[in-house]
Amino acid sequence: MCPLLFYRKEKPLTRSQPDLVCNAITKHFDDFRAVDEVSFEVPQGSFFSILGPSGCGKTTLLRMIAGFQHPSSGELLIKGKSMNGVPPNRRPVSMVFQHLALFPAMNIGDNVGFGLRQRGVARHEITRRVGEVLERVGLPGVSERRIDQLSGGQKQRVAIARCMVLEPDVLLLDEPLGALDLKLREHMKVELKSLQAEFNTTFVYITHDQSEALVMSDNIAVMNKGRFEQIGAPQDIYHNPVTPFVAGFVGEANKFTATVAMTNGHAVKLATDQGHEIHIDAASADVTTGSRVDVFLRPEAIELLQEAPATSDGANVSTGVVTSVLFNGANSVATVQDASTGMVVTVALSQTGSLSELTKGQTVYTRWQPNMARLYPLEVQR
Amino acid sequence: MSSDTSRLGFYLLLAPILLWLAVLIILPHVGLFIVSITEKIGPREYTIGLGNYAKFFEEPLFWHTFARTAIMSIVATALTLLLGFPIAYYIAKLTKGRTKATLFLMCMIPFWVSELVRTFGWMILLRETGVISNGLQALGIVSGPVELLYNDAAIMVGLVYTSILFMVVPLVTTLDSLDDSLIEAGYDLGGSTQSIMREIVIPHAMPGIVSGCIVVFMLSLGNYLTPVLLGGKDSLWFTGMIYSQFITRFNWELGSAFGFLLLILSSLVVYLGLRISGQSLSATMGRT
Repeated sequence: MCPLLFYRKEKPLTRSQPDLVCNAITKHFDDFRAVDEVSFEVPQGSFFSILGPSGCGKTTLLRMIAGFQHPSSGELLIKGKSMNGVPPNRRPVSMVFQHLALFPAMNIGDNVGFGLRQRGVARHEITRRVGEVLERVGLPGVSERRIDQLSGGQKQRVAIARCMVLEPDVLLLDEPLGALDLKLREHMKVELKSLQAEFNTTFVYITHDQSEALVMSDNIAVMNKGRFEQIGAPQDIYHNPVTPFVAGFVGEANKFTATVAMTNGHAVKLATDQGHEIHIDAASADVTTGSRVDVFLRPEAIELLQEAPATSDGANVSTGVVTSVLFNGANSVATVQDASTGMVVTVALSQTGSLSELTKGQTVYTRWQPNMARLYPLEVQR
Repeated sequence: MSSDTSRLGFYLLLAPILLWLAVLIILPHVGLFIVSITEKIGPREYTIGLGNYAKFFEEPLFWHTFARTAIMSIVATALTLLLGFPIAYYIAKLTKGRTKATLFLMCMIPFWVSELVRTFGWMILLRETGVISNGLQALGIVSGPVELLYNDAAIMVGLVYTSILFMVVPLVTTLDSLDDSLIEAGYDLGGSTQSIMREIVIPHAMPGIVSGCIVVFMLSLGNYLTPVLLGGKDSLWFTGMIYSQFITRFNWELGSAFGFLLLILSSLVVYLGLRISGQSLSATMGRT
């Protein structure tokens, strides 16, 4: 490069290398495929969640990243380096265990300093760095205390400090909020997210709790039966689920099975099995007349009216009777049974308007726009 | 009213253990102590004094045997721990389900046979015309018969063999209670196998180690059969000496003093062991 010439300032040559790359990772247990050809990338400094029901293989996947289990095939790269055959104590990853696994025989300072001691860091240096990291997680001056003198949330922070003091490239979290009570869990969600921003470390978080994944993540992978069904931003996963499993697992949804009665471009007319006729704007799904489909409709997409709307404007409108009201604060729902076909839908119930006094047996009108529902061809039983 | 009946129930339930302690432990020891401070000065003439204890310190054979018994028991305890820990770790952490139960049972099986028979088993193996001696001759490794019995090594083998179960059981119990994720966390944080053993596994197993050691030490110190049978007449085990004072010499006074000294010795060693390992008796014995 010649110093006398002006060069346009270039961006770094490649976009920064992802911290974690999995290439077609597979894990067999005898005949059972726990993890089936999973591939993904996690960019530096992002919060990546793997969301799935229990038994979907997410723990096995995490344990393979940590090095406690070895993939049957596929490759795992951390900061571009292959981790195949690298034992867990040589990997630049740390893990926060489900039950935290703090060492009960050591005080907090010794717990947090454990990893540094293994690396042979000088004692005064350990004391300094342990003090520093404890301060960053908001627990200054607790080094001398015993583990059992801490509350659940504090233990959580100590467990994170114990990993972060080692400055890992990737922090793995195995459902660490599972053991906490609801209030604390809500609080820790926010706190984990801010800790992640504070340390700017890549977090890989596994959970079966969709709200944890939605609140904290930059990206979510929804996992089912050892495969990734969809990877995307939380909004994407919630609003544009690509498979029926994602649509049913993430968030609440009304699900009907229906037959396509007529298609006209994107506009699809369906007849549900109960004989209800609905119109859907199917932007993505490719369906033909006569095929069977699953329809998913979010409870909050349905509008509840006490008087019949003047015009339908192409929306699906029907009359129904409230069969139950499930009060749950901001998450309250009502179930409404259609007057003519008997189809039952769950509708989100706002607690601020006049609908807050809705009671069982009342006649109401439901209205929803055709583009609010998602439609998937019914999976043929394999 | 109800508190009276419940209190009565409490004392009734407590009665057997109190009776057992009083009648079988405290009373004999009081008697033993009284006999031990009685000196015979003539036929049917006795006086109170510490002469029996003085005799113990005056005669080198007595306190040499005493010290030898203590040291051999400590060595036997250490060997049992070294041998028992890997076995217990394997059973508790590296096996599951049926294999675990089978291995545990296999540790127990030898104890279905009486100690006497088991010790004779060792004699059959180790004696001059025994299995090992014949085997070595058949293989041409030695030219003549070898006597493996009647030495300290034979006593040690017998002691470790007799007491290993009492080390393995408390160790398996404590190691079983160690959460696997603690060991994984140790590796995850960069620990080596040795440092995880030292910093996580052994501190956790400490109560089991100490309680196993106490039991094994007491069993070895008070063992009579194994040292006498495997060590022969030169075994010089302190319990053998107590036996000969009571039965052969008919010197109950000296025998009682010896018995008391043995009690003091074992209490002292256990106390020191607890102090060094930083454990309390209630914490170690309460767990198993």
